[in-house]
Amino acid sequence: MRVPMTEYLFIDLDTERWICRVCAHDFGDARGNYKEGTLVHDRDPREIHPPVIDPEKYEFTFSPDPAYCRILEFYCPTCGTQIEAEYLPPGHPPTVDMLWDIDSLREKWEARGDDPEEVVNYGPGENAVTDLSARFDSVGGHSHSTHREGEH
Amino acid sequence: MTLTTNEFVPTGAGDDDAQLLTDQEQQWVDKFMDETTLFLGPDPAIMRHHQIMPRSEYEEECIGQGIDPLEIDRIRKRLAGALDEAFEMCESMGAAPGAKWADLSCAVYTAEGDVTYLSNRGVIAFSAVLHHPIRYIMKNWKDEPTVGINEGDGFFHNDSRFGMVHNTDQSMLVPVIRGGHIIAWVGATIHEGENGACEPGGMPSGSETPFDDGLRASPIKIVEKGHLRRDLLTFLQHSTRDPKLMLADIKVKMGAVRRIMDTVDRLIDEVGQETFVASLRVTVEDVETEVRRRIGELPDGTVTFNQFVDSTLKENILIKFACKITIKGERMIVDLTGTGPEILNRAINSPLASTKSFMAQAILSYWWPDLPRSTGALSPIEVITEEHSWADAGYDAPVGQSLQASFRGFSALQTAFAKMQFSAPQKYSNVVAPWFNQINDFLWGGTTQNGEQVGNLCADLNGMGGGAKAFRDGEDAVAPLFCAMADIGEQEVMEEEVPFLQLVSKRLVRDNQGFGKFRGGMGYEMIVASRGTPSWGFMTVTSGSKFSSVPGMFGGYGCPVYPLAMVKGINIYDIIRKDPSQFNLSMERVMNEQPFEGGDYQSAHMGLQFDVAKEGELYMIAQGAGGGYGDVLERDPELVVTDLELDRISAHTARTMYGVVWEPETYVVHGQATIELRAQMRRDRISRGKPYKEFVAEFVSDEPPADLLYFGSWGQDDDEELLATHWGGLEPERVKGKLEDLPLIMIPDRRVLKINRLEARVRELEEKYGETVEHKS
Repeated sequence: MRVPMTEYLFIDLDTERWICRVCAHDFGDARGNYKEGTLVHDRDPREIHPPVIDPEKYEFTFSPDPAYCRILEFYCPTCGTQIEAEYLPPGHPPTVDMLWDIDSLREKWEARGDDPEEVVNYGPGENAVTDLSARFDSVGGHSHSTHREGEH
Repeated sequence: MTLTTNEFVPTGAGDDDAQLLTDQEQQWVDKFMDETTLFLGPDPAIMRHHQIMPRSEYEEECIGQGIDPLEIDRIRKRLAGALDEAFEMCESMGAAPGAKWADLSCAVYTAEGDVTYLSNRGVIAFSAVLHHPIRYIMKNWKDEPTVGINEGDGFFHNDSRFGMVHNTDQSMLVPVIRGGHIIAWVGATIHEGENGACEPGGMPSGSETPFDDGLRASPIKIVEKGHLRRDLLTFLQHSTRDPKLMLADIKVKMGAVRRIMDTVDRLIDEVGQETFVASLRVTVEDVETEVRRRIGELPDGTVTFNQFVDSTLKENILIKFACKITIKGERMIVDLTGTGPEILNRAINSPLASTKSFMAQAILSYWWPDLPRSTGALSPIEVITEEHSWADAGYDAPVGQSLQASFRGFSALQTAFAKMQFSAPQKYSNVVAPWFNQINDFLWGGTTQNGEQVGNLCADLNGMGGGAKAFRDGEDAVAPLFCAMADIGEQEVMEEEVPFLQLVSKRLVRDNQGFGKFRGGMGYEMIVASRGTPSWGFMTVTSGSKFSSVPGMFGGYGCPVYPLAMVKGINIYDIIRKDPSQFNLSMERVMNEQPFEGGDYQSAHMGLQFDVAKEGELYMIAQGAGGGYGDVLERDPELVVTDLELDRISAHTARTMYGVVWEPETYVVHGQATIELRAQMRRDRISRGKPYKEFVAEFVSDEPPADLLYFGSWGQDDDEELLATHWGGLEPERVKGKLEDLPLIMIPDRRVLKINRLEARVRELEEKYGETVEHKS
């Protein structure tokens, strides 16, 4: 049973692994930090937020100051999907943003008895109904354990 | 236990049996303390609690007579109608600019002060914090012979240390009395603006002590048995720059509250006092029960979201707002440990109650907007903070711009919720990226073209960009985080009352977006210049000029940062009169081309203390954008070229950010080329990304960069260990320790520091060129 935990991340309750919803890459132990299975890039924020007023003339330009702010981009090592972008001061440890109680998660879903990939959506309203099932199942060619952490 | 009578014994008493007093002795002590108290400040027993009160004996008795849920629902709907009517009265008649744009709210409270129901429109946080002053009034004034609480009385206050979002708001709280007993309260609160602070407009970025924050009214009885007290009114009018505003809006609030009271009176006549009281109480309890149930639907675990704020509004710093939210069964714990210390001579600190009021705002408008708007929504959630952090400021800290911290309390909950609720099969609101969270707006003050002294703000603070939803782009300039149905006003109407023009009023700024699969709502730019006034000035009160105020969600990017741009030493009206083609203004063109001869072109962070604006000098800012959602390379290429065609994004962004290839003449997307470019961009990511452990080993440092004026924990392994920048001597030094062990943090005047640097440079040059100059201090 796979539970959509974010737009791009499943927790597979059978294997207790974080996996990529796009390509089935294995990010590691679902009881731990999925970021440990990602590739990370330290982005100069000026590349993402271009200046509107001339940085040659002015200190404040619409671009974040790289001495204050970096953007850490977390990629799936297999499909290259950007699964998180975190704004941090230079040198600040990346945030462990989610830690889940897997036993409780399993208990809740077993009690419900339905498939999380079928029933989870974006909330109330017709346009929030979506398909959060694995994309790799629909395109084929991947299995859950095709890409283990550290094999990229 | 009740917090509204003198039965409550403050915590902290020793557990030594020898210290215990007999009942008689305790009465003597209480009597002595009561008679010799120097003054009544904010009461920690009231101010540090946000839980609903236990049922009173009378409420128990009323509920014991039986509950009919349908009847309670009917009572609630009648109250909702009355509150919305009172809201519209304030909106239509209010003199404050904020009132005209919905920055207000009305509510009904239980006898002990718990919010039962708020007006459907307006600012939830305004009313969600007023249980504190009601408890204060009940505890201190009910049995006080010189004050008392009688039918027709009305209480006024604005000091946020007694429970108010910030000091620019003013409340009117009126008891509902039957048979000599207080059985409920009704109230109205308006963002009034001017409050006599060190700068006009009521939200001073320049305040350095609580005395700079302006009027500091603890709850006072301004209306006695239906009559407005002229002596107190006169005092209040003399305490601010806008005496007409003070008079007008106290009367407006009295009228609005009277309208609610009419419905309350009729309801009590119809259903009986007991049923009315039971319905108020049951609503509060039901909301609390439902919130616990909904927490139980969320997955157990911990979500962490840290924010970094880059300004004291006087200088650039980096101060952390830490937040860990843990769910375990039906318990939720919001832990702000790791948040930076209060800064004792800067305006950005927030009282705990104000911070919590914006947590209630997030819950009732972004988590579970279908719930009755009641205090019960925050009540079951445990909140851990450290007193004297900037999110839980002490009595002596200035709080004039407390929104800097309290808005972060909102963002902490709003942002984390996307992760908390994503896997929940039952949702009550959509998955959404962070809402913009700053006050990108002009405050102003001076003498109007009509000869009046005023101080207030533009409505543009209500034009915050919405966060992207998981299935559609965020809406441009849609609503402030604190009010779903606020208005950004009619500029032409305002220009009849204030002596400045918005020469550019609502123009979107290209690339001012949180990029993503779905992008955040955009903000617009504003260019203002004063005209026809003997004295005028502008202020701005915003952080986020170096560090983005909001991030994106699930791979989406956050908003950019926002500068203040000014052109001093020109008169744009003369320039346009001579050459109308120059009325082609945008921040980009004016600042980059510098077309006006003799102009002094400046950019700065968005903390501008009151700045005298001579006729025709330009002040330029932009409203902020909401966060983006999802990977940019998944954005529909057609949406990208549509934004490009409308000049919402640059060609550079379309190609290098979104990986779209198109035909420049026709904006037709080249599908295959786009697929190939995006595939290459994904390969490039894989190529440049480093495995997490390797990356951490290279990127993470033990401390912030030495020249960064940093405050808060570093990382999250030990949030109790804070770092701070301390000016013990001439130079700043970094100090570490638990909050209670840190020295008091005060920042020296930046102008003094600048003079020191310039004097040092002068001496250096004198030495270099062999010039002997005698310096005397």
